[in-house]
Parts: sequence; C-alpha cells; structure tokens
Amino acid sequence: MNIATPPKGRGPLAKREARLAWSLLLPTITMVSLVVILPLLAIFWISFKPIGLADLRPPAPVLRESLRGSGDDLRIEYRLRNSSQDTEITDVTIRDTWPESLIVAGDLPSGCDLDGTVFACELGTLEPGFNERLRVPVVLADGADKDMAEDAAEGTKPQVRGDAESILTNFEFTLDNFAKVFDGDEFWSVMWVTIFYTVFGTVGALLLGLFAALLLNKSFRGQGILRGLYLFPYVAPVIAVAFTWVNLFDPFSGSANALLLQMGVTSEAINFFGQRPLALIMVTVFEIWRYFPLSFLFILARLQSIDTDMYEAADMDGASPFQKFWYLSLPMLLGILSVLFLLRFIWTFNKFDDIFLLTGGNAGTRTLTVNVYEQAFAVSNIGAGAAVAVIIFGCLLVFSVFFFKFISREEGL
Amino acid sequence: MSLLRYGYVSGPVIGAIWLFVLATTISVTMSFATGDAFRPALASSLVLGALAGWIAVTSQNKITKIAMISALVFATSLTGFGPTVMQSTATSQGFVAIMLALVVGWSIVAIMVDVPFGSLSRHEMEEAWIRFLTGFGYVFFTAIVLIPFYVMVMTSLKSQSDLLQNPLDFSLDLGKGAVLFRSYYELFRDFNFGTYMWTSFYVSVLTVLITLAFSIPGAYAVARLNFRGQKAFSRSILLIYMVPMIVLALPIYIAFSVTGLRNTVVGIILIYPVTTIPVALYMLQGYFRGLPPEVEEAGLMDGLNRLQVIWKITLPLALPALASVSLYVFMIAWNEFLLAFMLLDDPSKFTLTRGVAMLNSSEIPREHLMAGAVLATVPVMVLFLGLEKFMTKGLTAGSVKG
Repeated sequence: MNIATPPKGRGPLAKREARLAWSLLLPTITMVSLVVILPLLAIFWISFKPIGLADLRPPAPVLRESLRGSGDDLRIEYRLRNSSQDTEITDVTIRDTWPESLIVAGDLPSGCDLDGTVFACELGTLEPGFNERLRVPVVLADGADKDMAEDAAEGTKPQVRGDAESILTNFEFTLDNFAKVFDGDEFWSVMWVTIFYTVFGTVGALLLGLFAALLLNKSFRGQGILRGLYLFPYVAPVIAVAFTWVNLFDPFSGSANALLLQMGVTSEAINFFGQRPLALIMVTVFEIWRYFPLSFLFILARLQSIDTDMYEAADMDGASPFQKFWYLSLPMLLGILSVLFLLRFIWTFNKFDDIFLLTGGNAGTRTLTVNVYEQAFAVSNIGAGAAVAVIIFGCLLVFSVFFFKFISREEGL
Repeated sequence: MSLLRYGYVSGPVIGAIWLFVLATTISVTMSFATGDAFRPALASSLVLGALAGWIAVTSQNKITKIAMISALVFATSLTGFGPTVMQSTATSQGFVAIMLALVVGWSIVAIMVDVPFGSLSRHEMEEAWIRFLTGFGYVFFTAIVLIPFYVMVMTSLKSQSDLLQNPLDFSLDLGKGAVLFRSYYELFRDFNFGTYMWTSFYVSVLTVLITLAFSIPGAYAVARLNFRGQKAFSRSILLIYMVPMIVLALPIYIAFSVTGLRNTVVGIILIYPVTTIPVALYMLQGYFRGLPPEVEEAGLMDGLNRLQVIWKITLPLALPALASVSLYVFMIAWNEFLLAFMLLDDPSKFTLTRGVAMLNSSEIPREHLMAGAVLATVPVMVLFLGLEKFMTKGLTAGSVKG
C-alpha cells in the first residue's frame, strides 16, 4: 500500500509561476543593470585609471584634402595629423574618390595607389603628434575648369581610419587618483562639511516636519490649504527655489539684507553664501527648508492613523497635553521617525544639486558629491572624480547595512 | 519653571514674546508689501506685550479685555512708542496701527482664554503655552514658505534697476499693464522658452509612459508571484534607489560622449526613466501587495491567465496608485536638473530646467532668471494643487527620495 507523502520540491505550477515572474522582471533587470550596475562597475574601473576629461575622445587621425597651386605646380594635398600628442595610431588607411578632371602627373606617395578614380593609401603607424602633408602632383584634363575640379576634388570627403589604444580600455592602472583624493587636509575638510550638512540637515528637517505635523494634526477650516502650502518647497523645481534663495540673500541687492539692515540687526550687508562658516549653515538651512515638507507629510500621516481611544483614556487619567505628546504620540511616532531619519540621512548625504546651485561648492561648502563634480569637470580629472564616487558608494553600502537591519524590524515603509 | 504656574507670570511672559513675534511679522509683511521702513521695536514690544498679557489674565469680560489691549496698542502706535517703528505714509501707518491693535487684542485674549490670574493647574499652563506655540508655528511656517515664492514672482515682474534702488520695494505699478510681463515675453521671444517648455513636457510624459511600461510588470512580479530571490530582489530595488545620481552621472557622461548620445533629447529620454523606474517599482509593489489577492484568484479560477488578470483586474483596481505614480514621476522628470545640465550643451535641445540654468549669468538681468524660475514652477504647482490628493499619496508612498 502506498503511503501518501506531501510533495517535495517545487511542482510544475510553482516553476511556471517563477518563469512568468522572471520574464516580467527581465526588461527592468536589463535596463537597470545597463544603466546602474554597468556604470557602477565603470566607476570602479575608471577610478584606477589616469584619465582626464580630454582623454575621453580616443586619439584619431585627422585628414584634410585640398587642391593647391596652379598651372604646372597643381597638386592635391592631404594634410594628415594625429589628434593625440602622446598616443600612436596604427594601421592608418586613407580612401578617396578623385574627379575625372584631374590626372596624376608624377609619383604617388609611398604606400598609395590609384585604381581608376579610387585613391587609397596604407600608411602604417602615425607617431604621437604626427602632422604632415601628402602631395600628389596633378594636371587638369583637357577642357576641365580649375575651379570645378577643385570643387569636385574637395567635395568628396576622404575617409581615414586608424586604430589607437584608448586609455579607457587598456590595462594601465594607477592608485594616483585615490592618493590625490585622500591627500592633505582637503579630504578631511570635505568629509567634515559632508557630515555637518548631513546630520544637521536631516535632524533639522525632521524636527521642523514634526512641529508642522503637530500644528496641522487637527481639522479646521483652511487645514487643507496650509498643508498644500507647506509642501511647496519640496514640489517646486530645485533650480527655481535655489536661484530664488541666492537672489533673496544676495549681498548687494538681496531683500533679506535690506530687511536686516533696516531692522538694525546688522550694520553692513552680510554675504550669506560667500563666507565661511555662514555659507555652510545657509546651505544646511536651505536643505532643511526644502525637505521639512517630506517629514511633515509622513509624520502627519502617521499621527492621523493613531487611534483616538488612547488619547481619550489618557484624558480620563488626567494626562496633560505635554504628557500625552511625550508618553503617547512620540512612542507611536518613533518607528516612522527612525525610518525617516535613516532614509533622509542617506539622501542628504547623496545630495548634489542644492549645494551646486547655491554656492558651487565654494566658501567651505564642498561635500563629497560636489567634490565628484569638482574633480571630474572643474579640474578635468575624471579619474579622481571617479575615486571620490567610489568612496561615496562605500559609505552608502555601510549605511544600507544599517538600514536593512533596521527596516526589517520597522516594516513601516 | 514653577513661577510659570501663576497666571500673572505666564500671561505677561507669553504676551511679551507674542507681541514681539507679531510686531516682527507685521514689519516684515509691510516692508515687503510697500518697500517702506518698518521695524519692530524690541523694548516697547516686550513692555506692551507684558502689559497686554497681564490684562488678558485679569478676570474681566472678554470684550472689555480685547478693547483695552487694542486701545493700548493703537494709542502707543500712533504716538510713536508702539511695537513697530514706522516711516511711511500716514495711511499705511494708520492701517498698520489698526491692524496691529485688533490682531494683538484678539490673539492675546484667545491665547489666554480660561487662564486665571492666580495659580494655574498644569493643564491650564500647558494649554496656554501650546496655544502660543501653535500661533507662532502658523506664522513661522507660512512666512518661511511664502517669502521665497513671493520674492520669486515679484522679482520677475520688476526691473533690476528698480530693485537695486530699494531691494524691498516689491510694489507693482499696475497701470503699466502688460509691460509688467515683459521679461516673460522676452524669454519666449529671445530665449526659446516655448521650445524648452515643450521639450520638458514631452520628455516628462515619455518618461512617465516608459517608466510605467517597465515598472508595472516588474512590480506585479515582485508583489504577487513566488519565485526564488523575491526578497533579495525587492531589497535591491531599495538599494538601487539609494545610489546617488552623481555617482552614475559620471560614467553615463562618458558613455554618452563616446556613443554620441550626449546633447541629444533621445539620450535624455533614455536615461530619465532609469532614474524613476526604481521609485515607481517600489511604490507600485507596495500598492499591489495591499490589493486583496482573492479577486485575482477568482479571475484565475474563471480561466484568465496571469497577464489577463493583470490587465483586466489588477490595473483597473490600481488606477489611483497609477495616477499617483505617474504624477510623481512626472514631477521628478520635470524638475530634473543634474543630468540635463551635464548632458545637454546645445541651446536648441535644452529642457526647461537647463534653460533656466543658462539664464544664471551676470549679463542677463535677474528678472529673466526669476521669470524662468516661475515658468518652471507654475506647471508643477498647477498639477500639484489640482490633483493634490493623488500627489500627496504619491509623495507618501515612495518619496523619501530627494
């Protein structure tokens, strides 16, 4: 007699479901790995390469054709140049079509060959900085006009090919980028600015958001309007609000300075975004201003989902308003507050646009992310920029370990 | 602290601080509105406020108290010893004096309602302070949010030379009529802003469509189907969501330079959805999980296959979520600045945000920059205010992202 046993392993249905799942996910996985995973690997690769902004265009042969001279001295000139000063180009070939109105009247340069109207050269290797002319003496065919011949000769673009080693793909590695990034005091000042900005930006936005949420956690006429209004800083494009702030706090024609002068708070105009350490404080304040709406929204949603029974019970027991906040609301909010803190911490750490637009990283506001841009584009050292990006990514991995440890406990989000 | 448990202490303390807050608010408001000199007077605000707070906790009829405080503030304001020092026209001085008097009288009595003169219970004291903090909070948040937007709109309507003379004078000469909008007109005429708005618009719409096309099947698979690696997958979505754009922007810049996609709108349309797909996946899978699986199972029993179930049952049920996600993705794409800034150099292909960034130069007057900022802000704001319900949902569902 057979004893019935539960099935082991995965049945055909489960397999079919898994297959469907993977096929639904396939487009997303492909796209994301193409644009996220691949660039991440690329960043690691580049961070070990001695590469500047100018090296992005691989060395290539450059060719210009012209018909020169007149009468007996008529010639076609090819001016050939190696675009790079320090890399050689191998297997250089030229192909061009000549008009029939020109006839060769002398020796072809070595390596070149004329087959009917097709002119082809195999020139081998071009040295770094190569820049020479190839001359082919020609005469006009009977009855041909020189100008027309010139137009016809220069009208067909010669094709030139050559192989060059690109710094992006060869196997030359260096640790210079990291050495440069970690070198000196600069790295630590950047690090300190990042930490200040991240910690105070996150905590400030959370506290302000909590305050705003407590204000609006009751129904009255106009509550909806105020809630919408308080979300404005977050919804508006960063470029619009950042430029407005720069305008508002301009040392010469900013309204904020005019106001402070008039109120007698200060006797001379303050350069809010241009002096240390005020600039750092200002960009942090901007960050708080721009992101308090988010914490406000989340905290308000959580507050409104708290059961009112609890507060009624507390009222019966004679709890005062502050006690109700401290012993009831706050513990209920702890979960969302900590999740918000972690996520906002990571996002503030990653923030680039705001500081870039407000100060451009000057006056002691250069954070790690701004440093990536600064190194890669302002100093034109892509390798060093990539090295900073690798450091950022490392920090991010550390944060996310914390995050996942925590979020599995607080599955609130 | 225990001193605050007496009405005659708490009343004057709150009154003094509150009057100073009000005096500052009114000074700032009037300065921004008229450009004239208004400033709060610290000493007289504190003294008058304390006096008003004292009156408010005495045991008299409410109307009498409001009348007394208002009269006090009004009289001192007119004689020049009031909480705000004014150098302005007589009409606006009179207006400020009346407004200040009424607001102060009403608000201080409202804050001190039911607060006795003598010793206070803990409840009475805390409630008075909470009412004060609430009032302060409304004033504070409204001011910090409104002032920048007010300055943005007003600067765009004024000429730079006017503002250099008095940076606070935002009053408009309405008689000028359409000339007020000159900078907007010039943006459209000389700076191609019509094209930029159109580019931004269709880039954002295409981003929304592509994002949805990729994230709906993906989110459904993660939320509903069982397969090995499901948990790891939904975590890696979050992880990818956290990778900073600037880290990716560098290799993308290189790849686009090499392949010739830089400086093309196609390149922008290719890259924007990738920044939004993780967000959309994350938001949608949360919503799909919340839908009752029984409805879908009923559909399966009736002979639909999975794809039909998604199309005929899940998607119609998820319409509100799709609206939220679409709006949120549209907002991200419309506001996106970093990639547009790095990848676009050719002024004929700019998106709106890139166009505004171009205006940030010392040769272009500031009202043009601010007009550009207004043009970039208004469409998102209109969408946001018109569809606030969906928008707020979208924000709470997935937008811990910055």
